[in-house]
Amino acid sequence: MAAADEIQSAQQATARAIAGAHSHREGALLPILHAVQEEFGCIPPQTIPAIADVLNLSRAEVHGVVSFYHDFRDTPAGRHVVKLCRAEACQAMGGAALAEQLLEDLDTGWSGTTADGRLTIEPVYCLGLCACAPAAMIDEKPHGRLDAARLTTLLSELAP
Amino acid sequence: MSITLYVPRDSAALAVGADQVAERIRAEASARGVEISIIRNGSRGMIWLEPLVEVETDEGRLAYGPVTADQVPSLFDAGFLTGGDHPLAHGPTEDIAFFKRQTRLTFARCGLTDPLSLAAYRAHGGLVGLERALTMTPEAILETVTQSGLRGRGGAGFPTGIKWRTVYEAQGPRKYIVCNADEGDSGTFSDRMIMEGDPFLLLEGMILAGIAVGAEKGYIYLRSEYPHAIDTMNRAIRILKDNNILGDDLLNAHKAFDVEVRVGAGAYVCGEETALLDSLEGKRGVVRAKPPLPAHRGLFGCPTVINNVISLASVPIILAQGADFYRDFGMGRSRGTIPIQLAGNVRHGGLFEAGFGMTLGEIIEEIGGGTASGRPVKAVQVGGPLGAYFPPALFDTPFDYEAFAARDGLIGHAGIVVFDDSVDMLAQARFAFEFCAIESCGKCTPCRIGAVRGVELADKAQSDIAASGDPAPHYAIMRDLCETMKFGSLCALGGFTPYPVLSALNHFPEDFSGEPRRQAAE
Ligand SMILES: Cc1cc2nc3c(=O)[nH]c(=O)nc-3n(C[C@H](O)[C@H](O)[C@H](O)COP(=O)(O)O)c2cc1C
Ligand code: SF4
Ligand code: FES
Repeated sequence: MAAADEIQSAQQATARAIAGAHSHREGALLPILHAVQEEFGCIPPQTIPAIADVLNLSRAEVHGVVSFYHDFRDTPAGRHVVKLCRAEACQAMGGAALAEQLLEDLDTGWSGTTADGRLTIEPVYCLGLCACAPAAMIDEKPHGRLDAARLTTLLSELAP
Repeated sequence: MSITLYVPRDSAALAVGADQVAERIRAEASARGVEISIIRNGSRGMIWLEPLVEVETDEGRLAYGPVTADQVPSLFDAGFLTGGDHPLAHGPTEDIAFFKRQTRLTFARCGLTDPLSLAAYRAHGGLVGLERALTMTPEAILETVTQSGLRGRGGAGFPTGIKWRTVYEAQGPRKYIVCNADEGDSGTFSDRMIMEGDPFLLLEGMILAGIAVGAEKGYIYLRSEYPHAIDTMNRAIRILKDNNILGDDLLNAHKAFDVEVRVGAGAYVCGEETALLDSLEGKRGVVRAKPPLPAHRGLFGCPTVINNVISLASVPIILAQGADFYRDFGMGRSRGTIPIQLAGNVRHGGLFEAGFGMTLGEIIEEIGGGTASGRPVKAVQVGGPLGAYFPPALFDTPFDYEAFAARDGLIGHAGIVVFDDSVDMLAQARFAFEFCAIESCGKCTPCRIGAVRGVELADKAQSDIAASGDPAPHYAIMRDLCETMKFGSLCALGGFTPYPVLSALNHFPEDFSGEPRRQAAE
């Protein structure tokens, strides 16, 4: 319990420092949230009061912003994030079947994480790779002209 | 003598192995003791040929593609460094039919150079527009942009010059230039290609906007799905600052302009200009009611120009070559060129810049070469997720804002997604509703609730079809729902979702009755 408290207050202090470093910027909240998520892999709920305090906002306001955007998560993702495109150009090239197969193989759903915590599969609506569909982004790396075999290989090549 | 090769660093090229190809070329050259240098250029836009390797020879730049790392040794064996023949050879890049038929004004430099070489930018006509503008009055710049006939490329097609003039004339403590780089429309990637392939061009366009309207600060609101574009733009900004082209006294002309990249957070609606402004201010990306227009009260309540990447990137050439030069391309009230993005199930997918006016059929059949699967084209969606589906029967529609509107469609950001005959249009209509439900900002009921209802109706119709029942009553309600969404939504997310839905219903009735699919299954 004490250890958990310590982690929490350390996180709050870090979040406060991050918020402080950006607070002079116009419309600082989004850059702050990106930086906090970069640091912790998510926006830990207990950091919201600290961020709100630095920006002189209410907790509800900060929470409202965090919950509005698809990118911000309240728990960390798996060790690798696979963003699979669900949008039309990828649909036209078999993207839906590819996604369905992958989710079934991994026994998870959209935005779900595999039981071993290795992979999180997120839906994304266009990666700008529509002329080499179907497309995905794996840990920020773009991949196109995917098929089931290629996707399986790419995932198997990731660190455990 | 060292031989120069080009291997693109555009995301689409990277997505199909360009880094591995570049690495393999380096390794192979060093093993064979040949001296080479590799320039990581932007993409020429022929995405189906990516990774497209170019070799600089006496006969110009020769193209090889799509190259895989494994094929690199055979290219060396064939003597590709001196233009040797190979199954992947396409001859001079600029003679490839897809390339040759284009009018590349905005994309003139994209793919030609190292995107972050300021020297190459200057050598290929960069900064000419800015230097000219610095000798002009703001009035004269505004007049040139207005006379060029340039209309916003983000979707709405509003005249850029008029927008700028409104901001110029507006009073405020300060003014802003905001570049809309949210590029959320599926099937589009022209903004990404400019930002990754010719970032200085966008910055030059933003500086021009700043000089014209009297703004000293610009923001690029860039979607988080584009990490490479974010990185390239940030580096380009740094380079222009170091070279005194951005900053407190740009080009010693006693003018200040600064640009900052702000990263979005995965919300399609934040591409809508007022939601984008709220997001930039650090709020939820909720659409604002207009008026006031952003031109009068935009970012932080100040007069704000908000333009799409391609709109801004089209301005430097207009200033460099004059309004008439640009206006002479195009048709009707659609002047200049438009970067058409061919995507989905198409043989020659990529970016094709041309004057307005080609027909949809020419673009898909002649330029795109039909489907990638080789099956017949059944439908094309033009203008992103809110755009209508067109059947081949309407392929005589010219690429022009008004012509598309007359056929209940829109050009939007000029993306075309091709589907072959395996597509199920009921499923596409369902997806249009689903997408709207996922991305709705929640402000208006017809959009927020209607989209969810639409998904349910599509599902009910689907299960009726599966049970050999009559799905027609659901479509009557669906049409009604579309009417409500069209007229009761504050922005085009709710208001235009009916376009894909109704076009699917109207042009592909067979997919909604279940008849042919049942036959096909028999
Ligand atoms: C739901 C929605 C999403 C939009 N997404 C974008 C976008 O991603 N990029 C863009 O430039 N314009 C987008 N727009 C259009 C903008 O609201 C606005 O018209 C545009 O930024 C104006 O710039 P322009 O005049 O240069 O086209 C969107 C509009 C709506 C309603
Ligand atoms: S139509 Fe939808 S996205 Fe647009 S303002 Fe209304 S609720 Fe928001
Ligand atoms: S639609 Fe999938 S990358 Fe654009």
